Amino acid sequence: MYEHLETAENRDSLKRVVVDPVSRVEGHGKVTLLLDENNKVQQARLHIVEFRGFERFIQGRPYWELPVLVQRLCGICPVSHHLAAAKAIDQLVGVDPGNLTTGATKLRRLLHFGQVLQSHALHFFHLSSPDLLFGFESDISKRNIIAVLNDYPDIGVQGVKLRKYGQEVIRMVSGKRIHGSGAIAGGMNKALSKEERDYLLTDIDQIIRWSVDAVALIKKVHCANLPYYDEFATIRSNYLSLIKQDGALELYHGGIRAKTAEGATINDHFDYCRYNELIHEEVRSWTYMKFPYLLSLGKEDGWYRVGPLARVNNCDFINTELAEAARIDFKAHSSEAMVHSTLAFHWARLIELLHCAESIKELLHDAGVLGGELVVQGEKRYEGIGVIEAPRGTLFHHYQIDENDIVTKANLIVSTTSNNMAMNESVRQVAAEYLSGLELTEPLLNNLEVAIRAYDPCLSCATHALGKMPLQVELIDNEGKRIDKLIKHNDGQIERHA
Amino acid sequence: MPKPVLLFGYGNLSRGDDALAPLLLEFVETHYDLSDIDLLTDFQLQIEHALDLQNRELVLFIDASIACINAFDFTELQPARDTSYTTHAMSPSAVLAVYRSIHKQAPPPCFLLGIKGESFELGEGLSANAEQNLAEALQFIQGLLDKPDIALWRQLVNHSHAINLENTGVLQDCHA
Repeated sequence: MYEHLETAENRDSLKRVVVDPVSRVEGHGKVTLLLDENNKVQQARLHIVEFRGFERFIQGRPYWELPVLVQRLCGICPVSHHLAAAKAIDQLVGVDPGNLTTGATKLRRLLHFGQVLQSHALHFFHLSSPDLLFGFESDISKRNIIAVLNDYPDIGVQGVKLRKYGQEVIRMVSGKRIHGSGAIAGGMNKALSKEERDYLLTDIDQIIRWSVDAVALIKKVHCANLPYYDEFATIRSNYLSLIKQDGALELYHGGIRAKTAEGATINDHFDYCRYNELIHEEVRSWTYMKFPYLLSLGKEDGWYRVGPLARVNNCDFINTELAEAARIDFKAHSSEAMVHSTLAFHWARLIELLHCAESIKELLHDAGVLGGELVVQGEKRYEGIGVIEAPRGTLFHHYQIDENDIVTKANLIVSTTSNNMAMNESVRQVAAEYLSGLELTEPLLNNLEVAIRAYDPCLSCATHALGKMPLQVELIDNEGKRIDKLIKHNDGQIERHA
Repeated sequence: MPKPVLLFGYGNLSRGDDALAPLLLEFVETHYDLSDIDLLTDFQLQIEHALDLQNRELVLFIDASIACINAFDFTELQPARDTSYTTHAMSPSAVLAVYRSIHKQAPPPCFLLGIKGESFELGEGLSANAEQNLAEALQFIQGLLDKPDIALWRQLVNHSHAINLENTGVLQDCHA
């Protein structure tokens, strides 16, 4: 373990290596590596600066605006924020999850499966497959989706069409690709029409076949170099996720399950409305990002991972046939109760992709998505909590409102925050392995980025601005003087400023 | 069947000047005849947007840009790999390259209207400079949409001139 590297004892005498921002992860990430006098890594930190405005963005708004408004927090998973907000404001109108109508619950689940499918497809085919197919240290001009389309055209086209299909599910259920208002307080605002259902059914068998192929591909890539894939940036952590009552994988609604690195249960079916009794968030002086931890284990040992790896590790089974077979295969490749490989996030992500495709087919054949009562109302409350498994992990929305229905307090724990400590640990692991001396090399940067990308963090969210995303690397000595600087431009060109 | 002209504006309404393109589309939606024009908006460009270019005669991407030299820049796009490794979001040229790879043919003629922005914080409105830049872009786009013709559009590439905004009413219309 590498916890000793986070806060070095002799920080004032260390040199700093700054990597800013991390490319091909969203927004503005920065990696700082502190070197000692012997140029060995003594401290490593992943800085994420973009989440501090979320709560302020929500406070002061009427609660009924939130399902639409919060979609603007994230350009990749707006639907996850939409549904987490909807679950929270259900409670503000006096509706608990079990009291939603069957039709509304099924439509929300369908919407969510579409969202997770498109997000996982984007991550794997656009962001990760270039690394996995061409190699982590291959020519940078090769490591992009267009090179994948040229060299592996079938895989590339499948990625584009899987992503498109997920977007079409979202469009059919919510009315729009983005800014949709499908979920409202107490239910859904429309059912699927028969024509919309039939349109989505047209391609679903192909989508399932491609998802099966994607799982086979990642298994082949992972197992072709098993020791490397199992050990790269790998850390042993606790895991946290929602879980269905019967122990099945759950993405939309359930209790919280937390397990240790050895697979022992810490909490099970914990009511997420009491999350404050389970999780605390530690503040550290060097970052705006908080560090959540399980209260029962304390700050040092209570940090955990969320996301596909946590969910597939935590569940007892998956309730769709093909994904369950894939899960069994996945678990069998490890000799331990839990799979800890950071690169196994990719494998777990594609098992979930397959589960989403199968679940979409089941729901499209369920008459419940076609109509019936969709909205219920109860008695007003002043506090609501919605939790959902977003593509990158457990997402918490917690609101308080006043007499005039205005949000007075909001707390969001996004999955990237939950994985904060884990990403730092993985960065430290890679830095300790690959960085030595004062020379910043492209292979080192690639390895740092590969480790971070496995978690698929949303570092910024929903802004892009042309020309804003070069990768900068700075080396700063212990007197604050910059002694080296690398800029990796958007076209892949690297410029050194001594 | 898709309409022959696609206007694709991308950006986030709640992130300051990133809202420039969606705001421009809102204006177009209420001020122009859309019988031959599809409007499409999203937060960011992604790989599947290559499929939205199919069966188009002319495509205009619209985006906020901190790299603009002028209040707005109007350029013709060519397929290129360029920025596709950087983030979840793609550049328009990379989307064109995805189109070419998928369909094994050249994409339809595509242009980019970049409108200069400077501030992109969550919860912010447009900056004063961006409002002015949007007004100039709205004036410019009128010429594009009155006659969506590739030869004319090519003549206007890199076209930049001072536009007299007095008495145009554009600023008021845009933010009404």
